[in-house]
Amino acid sequence: MSFVPGQPVTAVVQRIEIQKLRQGENLILGFSIGGGIDQDPGQNPFSEDKSDKGIYVTRITPGGPAEVAELRMGDKIMQVNGWDMTMVTHDQARKKLTNKKEDVVRLLITRRSLEEAVKQSKGSHPRQ
Amino acid sequence: DRRDRHRLKNRDGSIRGDKSVMIQAPGEPLLDPESTVVDDRDDNWGETTTVVTGTSVDSISNEDLTRISKDLEDSLPLDCRRYISPVLGAILGLISVITPLAFLALPQLLWRDTLDPCGTPSSYWLFYGVRVLEPQETDYRGIVGYAASLVDALLFIQYLALVLLEVRHLQPAFCLKVVRTADGVSRFYNVGHLSIQRAGVWVLDQYYRDFPVYNPALINLPKSILTKKMSSFKVYNLEEENTNNSTGQSRAMIAAAARRRDNSHNEYYYEEAEVERRIRKRRARLVVAVEEAFTHIKRHQDEETATSSPKHPRELMDPREAAQAIFAPMARAMQKYLRATRQQSYHTMESIINYLQFCITHNMTPKAFLERYLSPGPTLQYLDNNRGCRWTLVSEEPVTAALRQGQVFSLKRLDFALVVKVMPLPFLDLAEEFIDPKSHKFVMKLQSETSV
Repeated sequence: MSFVPGQPVTAVVQRIEIQKLRQGENLILGFSIGGGIDQDPGQNPFSEDKSDKGIYVTRITPGGPAEVAELRMGDKIMQVNGWDMTMVTHDQARKKLTNKKEDVVRLLITRRSLEEAVKQSKGSHPRQ
Repeated sequence: DRRDRHRLKNRDGSIRGDKSVMIQAPGEPLLDPESTVVDDRDDNWGETTTVVTGTSVDSISNEDLTRISKDLEDSLPLDCRRYISPVLGAILGLISVITPLAFLALPQLLWRDTLDPCGTPSSYWLFYGVRVLEPQETDYRGIVGYAASLVDALLFIQYLALVLLEVRHLQPAFCLKVVRTADGVSRFYNVGHLSIQRAGVWVLDQYYRDFPVYNPALINLPKSILTKKMSSFKVYNLEEENTNNSTGQSRAMIAAAARRRDNSHNEYYYEEAEVERRIRKRRARLVVAVEEAFTHIKRHQDEETATSSPKHPRELMDPREAAQAIFAPMARAMQKYLRATRQQSYHTMESIINYLQFCITHNMTPKAFLERYLSPGPTLQYLDNNRGCRWTLVSEEPVTAALRQGQVFSLKRLDFALVVKVMPLPFLDLAEEFIDPKSHKFVMKLQSETSV
């Protein structure tokens, strides 16, 4: 998932749709994010490449909407509702996720197991 | 030299355990009757590594000095003991300086005599007597060369002694922990490879400078608190036989005392707090009194005589009178403070006035004057130089042995002792690393986690 500047980023992504849950005044999604271009990427425990400044899922509230929608800890969020998440600051990412006018977020996430699953399936089904 | 006066008590010459060696300063009468029976011809005496073994009486080694001085010790009046060693050293030094010159002069003087220069049993003089004076050697140049070789040998011996005695002793190899048994004050010192004797003397030198004076009046717990525990139980013996009940009794008492609710720590705490408060109050009074007293006098400047003499001729006082004048207002506060801190035996009125005079002469502030009384100073301050200091070196190993890791010896006095434990200094592995000053760079470390 490391990127080469100037080259398009390619990744295997999964679409996840989370319905926001209303808790009193707030709409919550049930997970926590970390990372951003203004943060220290070396502290990220989930990234493969320690210079990756993307947004990662650091915690999932058990039983929350994110867990129900099959979001997992360690997933890297590539897009939220069409907005790019690979080159944003931490605060911008938070804002895109907590927009009060939307009650559904559609995420594109990537994780290591997806890549491997694709590789395996490619291997067992040779290209036609 | 006072430190080289040693007496070993092993008469059979073998190494025994639990040696006791007296290190005495001069001026002290020998109170111990045992010490008069001393084996002067002690084979275990002396440093173990020196090479100086009976080459010439002209060599100035400490061991020779002390061997000779030991013989003279009993017969001389006590005051001379301090000065024997320097005098002997001076005499031997003189002899060794004169010897090469004498070697050159004697052939001139003694050609007519065929007498042997006898008496001093040393290889150099003997050689000289046999080879040069007997056949009346006429080769003067050879004699000069011979004298030069003597000087070289002496020089070599001197530098060897220097290396062995001083350099090896100076390089730190051990750390000595010195603890005073009376109140637990401890210090750490770094020493080199010394024998236990020398280490003991060295530690004593440092003791007088570093350790605060031992005040037997400052004990841990006042007796009133401790003795309360003991006298509260009486044990009645209801059985018939009286034997083997002492242990039973004491055990019963201890068990009962342990079960009883112990409040003595409470009393100790309040008593301590009270004493502390009293000391602080008296100290405050003392400080104020001294500050005020010091404002009463002022150093007289010569320019002032013109203005002040017509009106009030101020009387000029010398420091002693000035000290006595301002001592009066602070005397009471000082005395009460010294009583509270139990220091009154260390400072007489005379000594306080002397010190006050000293401070006034050198323009010291009241705080500088008080510092001596507010904290206990090193023991050296309270010594009078007339009496020597009597210590006993107690060690389980022979005291001429070199220091080793884990050794423990103690220096005893009448009412307390200094226990010295030897620890080796760690072997240092010092690596060197060069840091380019330009390499100091920093980044912000932000790690936020937001829940959405």
